[in-house]
Amino acid sequence: MTPDMPSSVYLDHAATTPIHPVALRALTEELAVGGNPSSLHTSGRRARRAVEESREKLAAAVGAAPNEVVLTSGGTEADNLAVKGLYWERRAADDRRRRVLLSAVEHHAVVDPAVWLAEHEGAELVWLPVDAEGRLDLEAFRSAVEQDPASVALVSVMWANNEVGTVQPVAEVVRICAPHGIPVHCDAVQAVGHLPVDFGASGLDALTLSGHKMGGPVGVGALVLRGGLDLVPVLHGGGQERGIRSGTLDSPSVVALAVAAGLAVRDGEDEAVRLAELRDALVSGVLEAVPDAVLRGPALGPDRLPGNAHLTFPGCEGDSLLYLLDARGIECSTGSACQAGVPQPSHVLTAMGIARQDARGALRFSLGRTSSEVDVKALATEIGPVVERARSAGLASRLA
Amino acid sequence: MKVLAAMSGGVDSAVAAARAVEAGHEVVGVHMALARTPATGRTGARGCCTIEDAGDARRSADVIGIPFYVWDLAEQFTSAVMDDFVSEYAAGRTPNPCVRCNERIKFSVLLDKAVALGFDAVATGHYARVDPGEPPTLHRAADAAKDQSYVLAVLAPHRLSRALFPLGDATSKEVVREEAARRGLSVSAKPDSHDICFIPDGDTRGFLDSRIERRPGAVRDREGRRVGTHDGAQGYTVGQRKGLRLGTPAADGRPRYVLDVSVVDNTLTVGPAEDLAVAEVVASESVVWLAEPPAAGARVEAQVRAHGRAVPCTVLEADARALRVDVGGALAGVSAGQTLVLYRGDRVVGSGTITSSVPSRSRGSAAGELGGDGPLDL
Repeated sequence: MTPDMPSSVYLDHAATTPIHPVALRALTEELAVGGNPSSLHTSGRRARRAVEESREKLAAAVGAAPNEVVLTSGGTEADNLAVKGLYWERRAADDRRRRVLLSAVEHHAVVDPAVWLAEHEGAELVWLPVDAEGRLDLEAFRSAVEQDPASVALVSVMWANNEVGTVQPVAEVVRICAPHGIPVHCDAVQAVGHLPVDFGASGLDALTLSGHKMGGPVGVGALVLRGGLDLVPVLHGGGQERGIRSGTLDSPSVVALAVAAGLAVRDGEDEAVRLAELRDALVSGVLEAVPDAVLRGPALGPDRLPGNAHLTFPGCEGDSLLYLLDARGIECSTGSACQAGVPQPSHVLTAMGIARQDARGALRFSLGRTSSEVDVKALATEIGPVVERARSAGLASRLA
Repeated sequence: MKVLAAMSGGVDSAVAAARAVEAGHEVVGVHMALARTPATGRTGARGCCTIEDAGDARRSADVIGIPFYVWDLAEQFTSAVMDDFVSEYAAGRTPNPCVRCNERIKFSVLLDKAVALGFDAVATGHYARVDPGEPPTLHRAADAAKDQSYVLAVLAPHRLSRALFPLGDATSKEVVREEAARRGLSVSAKPDSHDICFIPDGDTRGFLDSRIERRPGAVRDREGRRVGTHDGAQGYTVGQRKGLRLGTPAADGRPRYVLDVSVVDNTLTVGPAEDLAVAEVVASESVVWLAEPPAAGARVEAQVRAHGRAVPCTVLEADARALRVDVGGALAGVSAGQTLVLYRGDRVVGSGTITSSVPSRSRGSAAGELGGDGPLDL
């Protein structure tokens, strides 16, 4: 089932959201024309112009300068480039800089490169605690920085959490790091288009965004990198993107990304209000049907992504809930998608102090452009019986 | 019917799922994640031996065209099968983890969860036949070489009635592989799995060594003479010959086998092959009847290993609590913890966990019937 099919109730926009029709048109038109933006001849120049105009459009949408945009294959690549590239650069300049500070609720695309650096490159990871709502403990953060600022290679704190929707105090993080000249990277994959993101005003040094989370195509994204900041490349080759990210630019995807970003940011404010209202209705609908379900993450309000609802259902297994909802045409997630297919308790919920048993019964519902009241009502109708059934299955699957 | 197809990622369960679809059932594929990844500081750690298998199962489900999910049953599997395996060996018994998994996981935890979620039955790739009815009956597979009725004989009738074995009629594994290829299933040429899925390298001793504290003890012959030293009685199996490392050769120069494992005094008793012969087998735990318990004196067949043969026996006792049969020396190397399955022809009559056996020598009977039942070198 594709998300736009009316038969399916798609409540998993944080995993991927349907491409915007205007972006889709831009994508296919550019695909049909082709051309390598690095070529010097006419078709190359045309493609290059399309890419550079898109870069400008994308930069404008997130408050950056065009030359601060490094185009990548998506959020994971941008996160890897930021974490590894900044670490290598900073350590090369001063060998004492080995500490990498990151929140305990970062996405795997940040967590795993950091762990890799610790295992192979001598990095020392400092996991920063979060409160019960998933918000970074700023005092713990401050003391971790001030304990020995000269040894900090970089800091990575996300803009908003992909599972529980917590908006992080990124401005405060920047304020704490700035006096020491410590670069701050921010994974804003879930935020762009849903929350006002102004790179220039944020004081951040690096920011990750991804196309398919805001109505663009899958397989394209960007690392926005403050002008003048160097990092060591991950991909070496033809020297595209000022040598920071080699590889022929995917002009159709870049064009569609910029169109999607422009639309998402243009409509963002109104859309955030609409989604928050829908989300609030979704949460009340679920809590009405299942009074002992527990909303996780921050209270419904400005500290939370407008389209995010995350609940745990006592006595249920997330996989049972997912199956039963899927069988009724309702698509959601037990947390972040696990490609390996082997479920693990979410590190985000664990960091928030949620017991393993409670974490097993978690579902994330995320709303987006195509969401409507119909979806919310469908969930409210089905969730009661689904939870009841999942609960009996939860009891049944205990060892006799 | 709504059928949950348990899909391991192997060829048998994939073809079984496809056959269930073809039979007109509404089928959903489920892969059981059974390996528990040890908790480490690395939150990204999700590696385990089943990731590729889960991927193969998912791809097969895609080709068959059924929904597919992975269910995490690692906790239950660890406790009901792996921990049980270790504690059985620690107690000097010989468990069969596949029997245990069928009894406690596949047709218990998985089946109960499936039924609670609205499924009518669980289909697996086992080679065995069930005749539905009240009560259902269990029979050997069409292909005697692949028959797995032994490891399913522990299922109580109410569980068996919700089991589907679409491969029961398959005439050979080759036929199943050909069918898989014909259906476009990429697992058609995948090698068969090991007997014990959680010991992928086959090193059972190594697996046990890291989990059971063992200390050296005496190896004695039947007369009580010390003939060697072992490194811990647990981990040896009645009938085992390899790994005894006996310094002193037997007087007659013939190979010696483990006759008895005593954990209490940490002693192994060894002796010649004919002393392994068993007169009586007693199973007084987990008794299940899939037919009327036969009367004392009835002639049926007994099997004590998954890949062993069934031998004629006489029923001495058969009720809800225990079964006791006289095998007249036709079985050798019988250990507590193994499952005794009674057959009448190709039909399973009942089963129970072996608690003791009476050696032929103690009854003074000749052990002339000792034949090639199962591998003595376990």
